[in-house]
Amino acid sequence: MLKKSVGLVGSSLLLFGLAACGGGGSDSGSGSENEGSSSGSGEGGSDAEVEIFSWWTGAGEEDGLMALIEMFEEENPDISVENAAVAGGAGTNAKAVLATRMQGDDPPSTFQVHGGAELNDSWVAADKMEPLNDFYEEEELNDKFPEELVDMVSSDGDIYSVPVNIHRGNVMFYNMEVFEENDIEPPSDIDEFFEVAEELEAAGVTPLAMGDKESWPATQIYENLLLANLGPEDYEALWEGEVGFDDERVATATEQFGQMLEYVNEDHASRNWQDSAQMVADGEAAMINMGDWAKGYFVNDLGLEVNEGFGYTPFPGTAEEFMVITDTFGLPKGVENPEQVQEFLSVLGSKEGQDTFNPLKGSIPARVDADESKYDEYGQDTMEDFQETSLTPSLAHGSAASEGFVTKANQAVNIFVTQGDEEKLMESMQTALDEEQQ
Amino acid sequence: MPVKAVPGFFCLKEGWKMADEVMDKTAAKDRVKRKKVVKDRWWAVAFIVPSFLLVAVFVYGFIGWTGYVSLSNWNSLTPDFSFAGFANYIYLFQDFRFQADLRNTLFFTILFIGFVIVSGLGLAVLIDQKLKAETLFRNIFLFPMALSFVVTGVVWQWLLNPSTGYNTFLAFFGIEPLWYTDTTILGGFQWGSIEFGLPVAIIALVIAAVWQMTGFSLAMYLAGLRGIPEELREAARVDGASEWKVYMKVVIPLLLPITVSVVIIMAHISLKIFDLVYAMTGSGANFVTDVPGVYMFETTFRANYYANGAAIAMVMLILVAVFIVPYLLANRRREG
Repeated sequence: MLKKSVGLVGSSLLLFGLAACGGGGSDSGSGSENEGSSSGSGEGGSDAEVEIFSWWTGAGEEDGLMALIEMFEEENPDISVENAAVAGGAGTNAKAVLATRMQGDDPPSTFQVHGGAELNDSWVAADKMEPLNDFYEEEELNDKFPEELVDMVSSDGDIYSVPVNIHRGNVMFYNMEVFEENDIEPPSDIDEFFEVAEELEAAGVTPLAMGDKESWPATQIYENLLLANLGPEDYEALWEGEVGFDDERVATATEQFGQMLEYVNEDHASRNWQDSAQMVADGEAAMINMGDWAKGYFVNDLGLEVNEGFGYTPFPGTAEEFMVITDTFGLPKGVENPEQVQEFLSVLGSKEGQDTFNPLKGSIPARVDADESKYDEYGQDTMEDFQETSLTPSLAHGSAASEGFVTKANQAVNIFVTQGDEEKLMESMQTALDEEQQ
Repeated sequence: MPVKAVPGFFCLKEGWKMADEVMDKTAAKDRVKRKKVVKDRWWAVAFIVPSFLLVAVFVYGFIGWTGYVSLSNWNSLTPDFSFAGFANYIYLFQDFRFQADLRNTLFFTILFIGFVIVSGLGLAVLIDQKLKAETLFRNIFLFPMALSFVVTGVVWQWLLNPSTGYNTFLAFFGIEPLWYTDTTILGGFQWGSIEFGLPVAIIALVIAAVWQMTGFSLAMYLAGLRGIPEELREAARVDGASEWKVYMKVVIPLLLPITVSVVIIMAHISLKIFDLVYAMTGSGANFVTDVPGVYMFETTFRANYYANGAAIAMVMLILVAVFIVPYLLANRRREG
């Protein structure tokens, strides 16, 4: 008898518990809505919070983010900051989490997004972002960034995010010792590259290091070759669909891509970009095409010095161009406290903010009026180039075309690296581009 | 009269059966007790309803939703549920990468299951020889199972790295396999848009997966071996069977149900595998180590092709169902 009554009590508790949960859930739901609207309309409640979503969890970049947050909290002691960084995979994991949250109408207060298509073709096109034109006016930001950069974060005349940093994607890093020993100069155009590569190979050094365990480093080489052959305007026109992949210059670039791959390390498929950059640091390989986050890796992780342990030069044939990778932050629709989020964006966009963040991350500021003395030799050089060259959006990093196309392009490049079928690569790129533009 | 513990708590069917038995016994007795049995039935239902609802919504509901999405045009960040028919499936089966995935999954599954069975059974038989340190060996072989596939993947990625790892040792003998960076397809012939054959790189994955899961089949076989009465072997020996024959004709046939279970469990692991591949090799050059799970993740969460991703998920579900459903049906028939 006892057992049974215990069972009875237990199960009725369970049932009532479930019912209570249901009721409680809806009650507390409406309750929090009320709270939300009251604190939103009120004078910026004291327990307000700004949630910053990024994939900055690596050594230098996390320090930079922390320094920014500290700066913000000093200026706004009544707003607390939640650092919602998601680690891993050059943002792949973070982007997956972000997509889920945005679709569930639970956007973070502000989030990291590459300027260009990654912002415009996805979040802006999906009508998930607030325009920031008024914010730019108030903060007088309009003339603080290069025009081409503002274009990358704008869609139909409206500005949607604030660029924080700039990385350059068309850099060729090289081992200075290897070049000195063999008495050769780093190549400045593509023909020179092949001459140099021949000499290096004869000297028993792998001419070009590549780590395409993930495909983007290979795609990066391809996009730089396309840029070198097409020039900045037609390079952009290519992603707009105005220049086709049947263009002769594209065919040349593709052929050169295939030739270049003959000079890369054999075990490229087992390496990630750090592993391949290390080959250059160790002198096993002579050169590597990598974005200038590799500088941070050489300096911070491997303890090398700029212009001693490693040298740098623009990717052959692209000295007049600057392949831009820019991290930006915008304001999603449906955020409860947009004013406070804008407070944070104003710190991000400020000269002080950018000069605090970028030296730590190893990038250069997006603003043109930054304090050069805070940056190392490489940074100063790059800042100069940033103002003097034409800025072009990177495909491999999601600025030139949508993520969907980038994924397909990476797949096509991955197949090409093994099969070497030029026709097939150009055909798959064209098909993917056509599908994307429908 | 002792009160039966609330029947139906574990399984509805058992519950009814038990309730029926109770009913038979009490049929001749008074009505009060019969009422109690009816009440028990209601309890059985009450207990089963919550979990039934949860499974209905969170398993079957979501499977249905995935199926629905896979037939839609939702291939961007903006949901678009207009009907696309089988367009996503047609795209997939024409896609180089997906064809390669199916080929890789096929060979991975065959090799993985084969080696797990052979090595698990072999080790179980050895351990069953009344070893002294039996527990020690059992634990050593079971230990890899305690690791996550991600850990296994990272470790084997280093061990089978062609320029470091085992190759530094194998180089003494003049062999330097390329392991998971090998793009050769053994016995390849053109089929669809891919070269069909055994991708050599898959072998590296098989090694890692077998290393991890052998302990499991070992444990299953060991339990099976212990369940075979010694008399049967004795009888065979008395009839003049050699030890080899005892195993081939008596022990292994009796282990058939275990083998079936191992195959089912390993098949659903290998068909759905993601973590090991993602941590160890990624898609591989020319997609020689890509699997549907990795493709599904990338196409859904990197490329935002939700309908395509859902279609891959449905294909994976069907592949697993091909293995599981006959097994469940056979089980039911046996019980019935």
